[in-house]
Amino acid sequence: MRGDAKSMTVLRPRSAAEAVKSYAKVPTAMPLAGGTDLMVGWNLGVLNGRSILDLSRVAEWKKINVVSDGIDIGSLVTHSEIQKHPVIRKRFPLLVAACGTVGAAQIQNRGTIGGNIANASPAGDTFPALAVYEATVRVLGQSGRRGVPISEIFAGVKKTTLKPGELIEAVFLPFTDTAPTRGVFRKVGTRAAQAISKTMFAGLLFNGKGGVLAEARLAFGSLAPTVRRLYAAESFLKGRKLDDKTINAAAELMTTDVSPIDDIRSTREYRLVVSRNLLIAFLKGEVK
Amino acid sequence: MIKLTVNGKKKSFGGAPFKRLIDTLREDFALTGTKEGCGEGECGACTVLLDGEPVNSCLIPVCQAEGCKVETVESLGTPEKLSKLQAGFLACGGAQCGICTPGMLMTAQAHIRTKGKCDDKSIRTALSGNLCRCTGYQDIVKSVLKAAKGR
Repeated sequence: MRGDAKSMTVLRPRSAAEAVKSYAKVPTAMPLAGGTDLMVGWNLGVLNGRSILDLSRVAEWKKINVVSDGIDIGSLVTHSEIQKHPVIRKRFPLLVAACGTVGAAQIQNRGTIGGNIANASPAGDTFPALAVYEATVRVLGQSGRRGVPISEIFAGVKKTTLKPGELIEAVFLPFTDTAPTRGVFRKVGTRAAQAISKTMFAGLLFNGKGGVLAEARLAFGSLAPTVRRLYAAESFLKGRKLDDKTINAAAELMTTDVSPIDDIRSTREYRLVVSRNLLIAFLKGEVK
Repeated sequence: MIKLTVNGKKKSFGGAPFKRLIDTLREDFALTGTKEGCGEGECGACTVLLDGEPVNSCLIPVCQAEGCKVETVESLGTPEKLSKLQAGFLACGGAQCGICTPGMLMTAQAHIRTKGKCDDKSIRTALSGNLCRCTGYQDIVKSVLKAAKGR
């Protein structure tokens, strides 16, 4: 139930600059944040002999900064810290709800938002919320920093578009111009606590003038290799009134953007039916 | 050399930095109260408090506990003088086979220590990362409630 500690090389940078430098020197090193996923692999013995880039001493990535146009969450901020932050609670409640479903307290106290993104699981709990809040992932490499929209950070199952030597330093969430009229996060798993999701939904609605929708942002996790926005349904809904006919037509468009598979946690059919019901219930205002 | 505080005592560890916290506690500091269950962060049997917060000690390399305060089940009471929580478990039958008990106690300890609400619902949420293979949840919740009343 454990790997061979003596076989490991551990790099322990003390700053962001040092972290990038160490990573450039040892590009095969595995970045370690909260360890809630990496250590499971290590316990199975499959990481023996590897080099580890332990980021836990990089203090500048543990901060949450509220700025004029949004909030900057350091990559090493834990799921617990996100849930406790008053501005995140007020402005980004779907992210708070999502962080509360990542394992239980023990995992939320260690797991980080940057680690969650870098790990790029199709079932990453924070991703649907980050997608509808249109987060930008800020990455740092030897040639400097760049912002990557959340819609472009994932390349596939367990794969990101990070370039060699790049590390995630923060996630930026922009404040919306107006408060959403409706916002919901829902995770569906085998049991309420601890389970990895079969499907996961985040949705935001912004009402416009004359009883029509100004904007809908809809995202599903676990229904594709990466988190997906329902762009077809979103653009169909824009400028329309939310009557039953419109809602059903929007739900029909779901499969333009998602394509779930059968796997150990669920089946394609179950995922599609539950997700469709969830989307319809959200648009009807029946799910809080 | 990695320095940390364990149950109020200053400790140093000069072994491999990637040794897990649970193994360091058990093998180097002779604190065998902490048990390993699943080894993958699901069951919570290995829960200890790291700077007051419950964590799975099977998922933490000891180098990440550098400078931290670690509390294990040995920090609670003694057989002669049980802590309120231990007394609650004894009175209400909160322990059956015992494998989950050290972790259950430490997660509950963190929960009853907070000044916030401590009722059936909050206890169940707080303990949701601790699995009991005997499924003795009702009496575990009762045990914690009893200890919380005596706060």
